[in-house]
Amino acid sequence: MWSWETFADAFPIIITGITVTLGLTITSYALALAAGFIWLALESTPLKIFNFIVYWIREFIRSTPPIVQIFFLYFAWPMVPYIGTSFTPFVAAMLALGIHFSTYIAEVYRSGIESVDKGQWEAAKALNFSQKDTWLKVVLPQALPPTIPMLGNYLIILFKEVPLAATIGVVGILSLARSYGANTWSYIEPLTIVAILFLVLSYPSALLIRQLEKKMNRRFDKKNMKVKVTE
Amino acid sequence: MKPIVQYKEIHKSFGDTHVLKGINLDINPTEKLAIIGPSGSGKTTIIRLLMTLEEPSDGDIIVDGTNLWKIEAGGKEKKANEKHLSKVRNDIGMVFQHFNLFPHKTILENCVVPLVNVRKMNKKEAAELAENMLERVGLGDKYDSYPSQLSGGQKQRVAMARALVMKPKIMLFDEVTSALDPELVGEVLEVIRDLAEHEDMAMVLVTHEMDFALEIADRVLFLDEGVIAEEGTADEVINKSDNPRLQDFLKRFRGETVTGQ
Repeated sequence: MWSWETFADAFPIIITGITVTLGLTITSYALALAAGFIWLALESTPLKIFNFIVYWIREFIRSTPPIVQIFFLYFAWPMVPYIGTSFTPFVAAMLALGIHFSTYIAEVYRSGIESVDKGQWEAAKALNFSQKDTWLKVVLPQALPPTIPMLGNYLIILFKEVPLAATIGVVGILSLARSYGANTWSYIEPLTIVAILFLVLSYPSALLIRQLEKKMNRRFDKKNMKVKVTE
Repeated sequence: MKPIVQYKEIHKSFGDTHVLKGINLDINPTEKLAIIGPSGSGKTTIIRLLMTLEEPSDGDIIVDGTNLWKIEAGGKEKKANEKHLSKVRNDIGMVFQHFNLFPHKTILENCVVPLVNVRKMNKKEAAELAENMLERVGLGDKYDSYPSQLSGGQKQRVAMARALVMKPKIMLFDEVTSALDPELVGEVLEVIRDLAEHEDMAMVLVTHEMDFALEIADRVLFLDEGVIAEEGTADEVINKSDNPRLQDFLKRFRGETVTGQ
């Protein structure tokens, strides 16, 4: 049964995996944030048919399980003629999770942009702002703050999907716990440690996001923003 | 006097709705023009076409000798690109019914940001110009407030200052008092009156304020079902016309105002 001795023995071993787990979370999240914009840009070119194709590619990625995508990038991609190349487990997992989550994040960005009043675009035009300034000075500063809580939620969800990378041999905290269990025949303590580490890291983040959410609702004009967020 | 804006056979449809049905109109460089008419008559659309917020379905708009929506390329007429539109747009400013201030910027920044980014002015110069203009519209003590902290009338005065610092040759006012509480209308009209008296730019006002139009407009257009149904001095149109549609409109309008207050 439960042994504090095993717990104390396993903890220092498992905690070494935290850099890989967090590293994978941060890099794939950064990729998702950047790629989210790229999806939207590719879906709003003047060429309608191209936008449509990109939209369906994104729908396809969004509707397939991330683990399938991880397997595909790790096992299948090297066999694709001409463009195929092999990735290390870490890179394959980073690309798969990053691209998978970018499809959600693109949707978050879109909702933020659509929440900006049409009058803001018109005012920018009447003042003769360039396209670039319209986005950078007028639209994005209003579109992005309300999306921060949603973006934060996706960060936590992504964090909890990172252990999927263990299936292709990325050595994060879950892999270390499993091999500890395999070597000692004690699984309860190491897996409990993994669960605790996830809780300890994601719960404060969730609280932080809730705070941010409250702050966002207070920004500019309380009434105004509430309407915009729910629209 | 050479007109600064000319509408030539302008048509505009939204889907199946034919909103403007052949508008011909010359606006002189210093003229104060008021456009009145029932809602849905297309009066707002007229100025939105000039501001390039909508594209005409047919016809030409000439701004200071330049065709707004068409350019010549290799002897052929082509649709104007963004570069051309932006050049012409430089001379035009607009104030909106719903203010459209930037909510994430202070009122000073609302005026400074376009000067810095569009007019490429340095920050100090821009701030000075913006402060003077805010002073002029009576908001010299509100530089650091955000739009949400202002009343509707104050917001609209900021919106006017923001458009004015850009020094447009043509200023468009789209029902600028319609979204205001009745007691706030006066302060906004006061600013427009000041502009009409002291600025020699062309001003086009789409308005429901009949008495105000009568007072400041050099010319009034009555728009009805997409055509200019009556035009003349304010006195001619509002007091002396025998156009039955106009009579009807004025009667209904005055009735509404009385019961509305």
